[in-house]
Amino acid sequence: MIISIASGKGGTGKTTVAVNLAMAAGTDVQLLDCDVEEPNAHLFINPVFETTETVTTPVPEIAEEKCTFCGKCEEICQFKAIVVIGKSILAFPELCHSCGGCMAVCPEKAITESGRELGVIRTGKRNGLEFVNGRLRIGEAMSPPLIKKVRSFSKPDKLVIIDAPPGTSCPVIAAMRQTDFVLLVTEPTPFGLHDLKLAVGAVDILGIPRGLVINRSDMGDDKVRAYAAEIGMPILMEIPFDRRIAEAYSRGEILIEAIPELKAAFFNLYQRIKAITASEDAK
Amino acid sequence: MKELIVISGKGGTGKTSLVSAFASLAENKVLCDADVDAADLHLIMNPDVRQRHDFQSGNTAVIVPEKCTQCGLCRDLCRWNAITEDFKVDAIGCEGCGVCVYFCPEKAIDFPINTCGEWFISETRFGPMVHAQLGIAEENSGKLVSLVRREARHLAEEKHLDLMLTDGPPGIGCPVIASIGGTDAVLVVTEPTVSGKHDMERVIELAAYFKVPAMVCVNKFDLNLDKTLEIEAFAKEKGVFCSGNIPFDPIFTKAMVKGQTVFEYNGKSQAGDAVKAIWENVLKRLG
Repeated sequence: MIISIASGKGGTGKTTVAVNLAMAAGTDVQLLDCDVEEPNAHLFINPVFETTETVTTPVPEIAEEKCTFCGKCEEICQFKAIVVIGKSILAFPELCHSCGGCMAVCPEKAITESGRELGVIRTGKRNGLEFVNGRLRIGEAMSPPLIKKVRSFSKPDKLVIIDAPPGTSCPVIAAMRQTDFVLLVTEPTPFGLHDLKLAVGAVDILGIPRGLVINRSDMGDDKVRAYAAEIGMPILMEIPFDRRIAEAYSRGEILIEAIPELKAAFFNLYQRIKAITASEDAK
Repeated sequence: MKELIVISGKGGTGKTSLVSAFASLAENKVLCDADVDAADLHLIMNPDVRQRHDFQSGNTAVIVPEKCTQCGLCRDLCRWNAITEDFKVDAIGCEGCGVCVYFCPEKAIDFPINTCGEWFISETRFGPMVHAQLGIAEENSGKLVSLVRREARHLAEEKHLDLMLTDGPPGIGCPVIASIGGTDAVLVVTEPTVSGKHDMERVIELAAYFKVPAMVCVNKFDLNLDKTLEIEAFAKEKGVFCSGNIPFDPIFTKAMVKGQTVFEYNGKSQAGDAVKAIWENVLKRLG
């Protein structure tokens, strides 16, 4: 089973929920940090990293001596990553989306592919928990290809938990697609509610069952609860504001270790998700 | 005209609450919400929309079944696996590269332009505002960010305003890169947590990469004084100006619930005084 943790709004507690759910759910768990722009889960998991791999995406390399400056590559490229001016040709690898169109269209076979670095993927362990972390290179604009690569590490026989990036556009779609359940984390404020609605819209486009965690559940108003009731989204957990939680989080501590009474709550959260996905499967 | 962009790396550190508070302190400015993916500034600014425009960008392939012979060339060429076995394009998977459109021997693939959001020019109680909403699950947020910044700049020039105050997106990827390119300064709002510090370091590296001057402020600084000191030490080492810190105060949430700035909610609070001091420091630094 793959559970993705998403939110719309940033800073609502996705990583906290992902980390503690992964730690509480039992053995045979894999945690994938797909918030590759700002990955944080490792700060709490403190894994022993075992492998490090640099991930690249293919970009055109032009053999100018073969190029006849016909301009077909410029014509096919939707991203303005190749420009032909008179008798010169320029590639802008940072704009390239790696579709391979230029290479396929070139009649002279003057284009091959080299790699643009997207970032780094590290894998490691903390006790039984397997951990995968993607880290976008500073200056790299495109996170979805790296997110997809992080997801390629997921093992079918494990419970896979994905810490998704905030927002509702392509990076979070790449993290949530083809998962079995999306756990949305919000706070009961106007910003939390507004961004939650956008996130629900995205999850519903993908047609994935979803449930809600309300964090800092006593700081704000009741509109998030009303909205969840209105659309029939189950509230699977509420975490009230607690300065002990905020301070433990600030130090990078795992909540179920710092505040042991939360362990049962996170295990219960996992049981409820399992029950929902089982009843979805039965349908 | 100067442009200040408030970013954070990590989400939820208080960017939008701070921009709202600055909006009530700054004079002669245009407001710009560049967090087009999950825009929230309008929830405090309550804008009166004067102009509404579609944002069109990118294309999606659509196979015309009557013309398609199911030869399979498009499926071989597509690097996104976005064409199903029964020759339909998965619109969410489609990157809009047009390779299938170009090579289809039957010319059976249409390539319509996407309407992937809306952008607005509005009036607010604090002056004009340019903002947008990217459609759900859409792409090209970077282009929409560039568009709202360009329009806000036009508006500022037209109205002879001195400042463009921009609420930026979280992260370090395409919308953030589009937000900070060519700006006068970024203010990084962080929090004294392991995540806040980690993400602030990455976004400061990003600002340095694009040669944009950065400043930093720590929100909820009293939640962990050690981390606040570590953040300040990092900033000093990197030559980043520390503009001040804000104490933890639930009035930010209470003001947000009422759709108010922190000053409208309570004219005299410690947190509000801290925001004023930061704003004065930032203005001096902007020049």
